[in-house]
Amino acid sequence: MDRKVLDLWVGIFVAVGLGALLVLALQVSNASTTFNTAESYTVVAEFDNIGGLKVRAPVRSAGVLVGRVESIGFDNQKFVARVVMKLDKRYQFPKDSSASILTSGLLGEQYIGLEGGADDELLTDGDRLTLTQSAVVLERLIGQFLYGRAAEGGSN
Amino acid sequence: MDNVIVRALRYVGHIVIDGIWRLGYASRFFFLVLVRSGPSFRRFGLTVREIYFAGVLSLIIILVSGLFVGMVLGLQGYDTLQRYGSAEAVGTLVALSLVRELGPVVSALLFASRAGSAMTAEIGLMKATEQITALDMMAVDPISRIVGPRFWAGVFSMPLLAALFSAMGVFGGYLIAVVLLGVDSGAFWSQMQASVDLRNDVMNGVIKSIVFGVAVTAIALFEGYDAPPTAEGVSGATTRTVVTSSLAILALDFVLTAFMFRGI
Repeated sequence: MDRKVLDLWVGIFVAVGLGALLVLALQVSNASTTFNTAESYTVVAEFDNIGGLKVRAPVRSAGVLVGRVESIGFDNQKFVARVVMKLDKRYQFPKDSSASILTSGLLGEQYIGLEGGADDELLTDGDRLTLTQSAVVLERLIGQFLYGRAAEGGSN
Repeated sequence: MDNVIVRALRYVGHIVIDGIWRLGYASRFFFLVLVRSGPSFRRFGLTVREIYFAGVLSLIIILVSGLFVGMVLGLQGYDTLQRYGSAEAVGTLVALSLVRELGPVVSALLFASRAGSAMTAEIGLMKATEQITALDMMAVDPISRIVGPRFWAGVFSMPLLAALFSAMGVFGGYLIAVVLLGVDSGAFWSQMQASVDLRNDVMNGVIKSIVFGVAVTAIALFEGYDAPPTAEGVSGATTRTVVTSSLAILALDFVLTAFMFRGI
């Protein structure tokens, strides 16, 4: 079988097609921003309420992406949510750092905000964050506001 | 009066039984193509030739329509999103709708009308001019020699074409949103990368396009092989290929989407 012009065109087609797949994988999707498992450590935090937090949600400190939510579970003894976070090894935090669930923008996705503490020791793999702040549930906030107004109105 | 009802019933019954008959025949044909597809890999030159006709010659229409679909998505998305002050999310909109739905579906529809109809007409004409009978006479199996390579070429080309369509569409969206309308380029890409998942979105799109490739080529080849050996029969079969495969693509897309994206 000899090489033909046709083979060249098919070769170009296959190369360009695979190239497009590569572009979709690297430029369009999140493959380039995921962490390598070797360069990360996991930290656990317990929240009373995680709101709309989802697996793979970002973990940010001072607005910088430092990790992602690995898994979300429910603790059947304490009735709290257990959130496992995978943090990048390049970013180290003190042991008494605090985690809170925040929302980006008014209607944006929810993420975990990490705030560094003052402890000399650093967080290591499998550590637990004790200082946590739950998600703000909008309905509860509005409810409190309305009850407050009603109580004010009653006293007058 | 009675006669009309009986005739109508008989007509409906005839259509149903004929449809089921064809469905059974088509399934047997599809099974035969799969079983006798050895030569399409052993004599890979045959398949490469068909990839040229089905894939390479469809490139222009796929690339141009991908670019325009992406540009339209960019324009429409920007127009609506900037009212809510989130014009940067146009990248997410363009990429998600292309990778999940429009890329596989529109490129499969284009593939059905560009390559599928050509396959049907070619095989139908081969049958009408008794070339298939001649092959049979020479003890060459027409299914493994003619149908098999075309089938695998279609299945192989479809995901590549869909990926090209999506990539081209994202580029078109970039041109409109960033270059023309002035959305920030960094926000455009980072919001896109934050919300498009490699496994859930890109891989599911590829799986979709492989399924569409199987459906379109199987329908096109069956219609060609089953076409009445007349000029009229071949033209009817070509029309049926485009109509049936378009409907099959849209129906399969619904089923696949329901399976893939229900949990998200």
